[in-house]
Amino acid sequence: MSTPLVLTYVGFFVMVAITLGGGLMAVSARNLIRAALGLIIALVGVAGIYFVLEAEFVAVVQILVYVGAISILILFAVMLTRGLMKRDLPAQNAQWIAAIFISLLMFAALLYVTIGTNWRAVETKVAGDLIPKIGTELMTTYLLPFEAVSLLLLAALVGAIVIARE
Amino acid sequence: MDFLNNIFPNIYEWIAYWIQSLVAGLNLPKDAESALVTAIMALLVIIAIILWMVVMVLILIWLERKNAARIQDRVGPNRVGPWGLLQPVADTIKMFIKEDIVPENADRFVHTIAPMIAMLPAVLMFAVIPWGKGMFPVDLNIGVLWIVAVASIGTIGVFLGGYGSNNKYSLLGGMRAVAQMVSYEIPQVLTIIPIVLMVGSMSLVKINEAQSGWFGMQWFVFAFPVGTIAFVVYYLSALAEVGRTPFDIPEGESEIVAGYMTEYSGMKWALFYLAEYFNFFIVCIIGATLFLGGWNGPFLPGYVWLIGKVYALVLLGMWIRMTWPRFRVDQLMNFAWKVLVPIALVNIVLAGIALPIFKMIGF
Repeated sequence: MSTPLVLTYVGFFVMVAITLGGGLMAVSARNLIRAALGLIIALVGVAGIYFVLEAEFVAVVQILVYVGAISILILFAVMLTRGLMKRDLPAQNAQWIAAIFISLLMFAALLYVTIGTNWRAVETKVAGDLIPKIGTELMTTYLLPFEAVSLLLLAALVGAIVIARE
Repeated sequence: MDFLNNIFPNIYEWIAYWIQSLVAGLNLPKDAESALVTAIMALLVIIAIILWMVVMVLILIWLERKNAARIQDRVGPNRVGPWGLLQPVADTIKMFIKEDIVPENADRFVHTIAPMIAMLPAVLMFAVIPWGKGMFPVDLNIGVLWIVAVASIGTIGVFLGGYGSNNKYSLLGGMRAVAQMVSYEIPQVLTIIPIVLMVGSMSLVKINEAQSGWFGMQWFVFAFPVGTIAFVVYYLSALAEVGRTPFDIPEGESEIVAGYMTEYSGMKWALFYLAEYFNFFIVCIIGATLFLGGWNGPFLPGYVWLIGKVYALVLLGMWIRMTWPRFRVDQLMNFAWKVLVPIALVNIVLAGIALPIFKMIGF
């Protein structure tokens, strides 16, 4: 049973609202843990958008990597850094005008590209189970980038252990 | 037999038909009508499953207390209702009327939202559980991955609960909980890989169907040695993941009061408590689905088999809880990283070797 289009729209806008709300909380919170929480909410919202767009695999990987792993890392880093646990840290410094300017510029550029591109709508869904296809592609066509990324992660892992031992 | 198997799908069909005819009376446009029906049915399924889970957990709590009492040579709850059966209901009412205390220096927002986040993964995971033949809310083609991904959200809730209380015992408990959950997630995920290899799909429905041979007794736990090892490692790491004794150092009452729950009271505490039991119940469901054939079994209808297997696992967990002392923190970490993870990794290699042989004998 396919989802009615109305519900897709409702879901999409709910998820967009969650993402934007989370993002707003992340940049405006004076407390770092709350900012991290806002970031987590925004990331969950993005995963929700992927779900609404029927990209389940990307959505689940988004939750697994960003919400499950990276956000825990961020929370830990905040807790283990001295002085960051204080309740009210200044949320902005003297560069906030420049930051707003750059953000607006970035937004304008992205908007220009998004509107200017002639997006091709794919009429038919890719048939069958996508996961085996992704796996096969990773192990054949994209083997070299895949292995390079693994190597990079391994190097990061070893580096982290070396730093931790000092 | 077919009637018993199809009773819940049939009820769903009847209600869907009823709602459909109700909505048709509103004379809405076609699109709005189908959207409304879909939304109402989805909502009904969600409410039904959550109510069903709450009832299950109330039974679970009663069972746990009764069981613990028997093992410790006591009687257990026996005043409210026959055999104390209404004790959880009385406890729930007590929880509702308790005062909700927030410590003065706590981060009020984080303190409030933490139990909700802790509750989230269990509720989300019900979305992909097949309860019987044709009885599943959603058949995600990445069901297993969904469960793994969503389970990691609970860690955030526990951690925020520990931080938001502004209490050193809470914080210690939260830190311990995160370290433990992050560690034990790894063997748990690694044990699922052999099953995914054998089935060739991550959909829980497909995994169930793959175990339906041999009159419903072709369970993966019988795929010796790969499935058996995977099951044992999964069960141990699942017990640790949900923080039950002997793995309950995040809330070890003799060391850090009650860990991340120290400063919680009333319904917020009840949410944490409920989340713990939800999680315990759901890891048992997933264990039964992945390794014990899910709803597959001879003679009885599917959902009876699933519930039976789940309660067998639950009782085993209670037995372990009541008869083992608590691990020390370092022992706990060593057990995860030096015992369970290597076994699970070797098991994946074994699965790769054994796969053609299993294919030959029909697994």
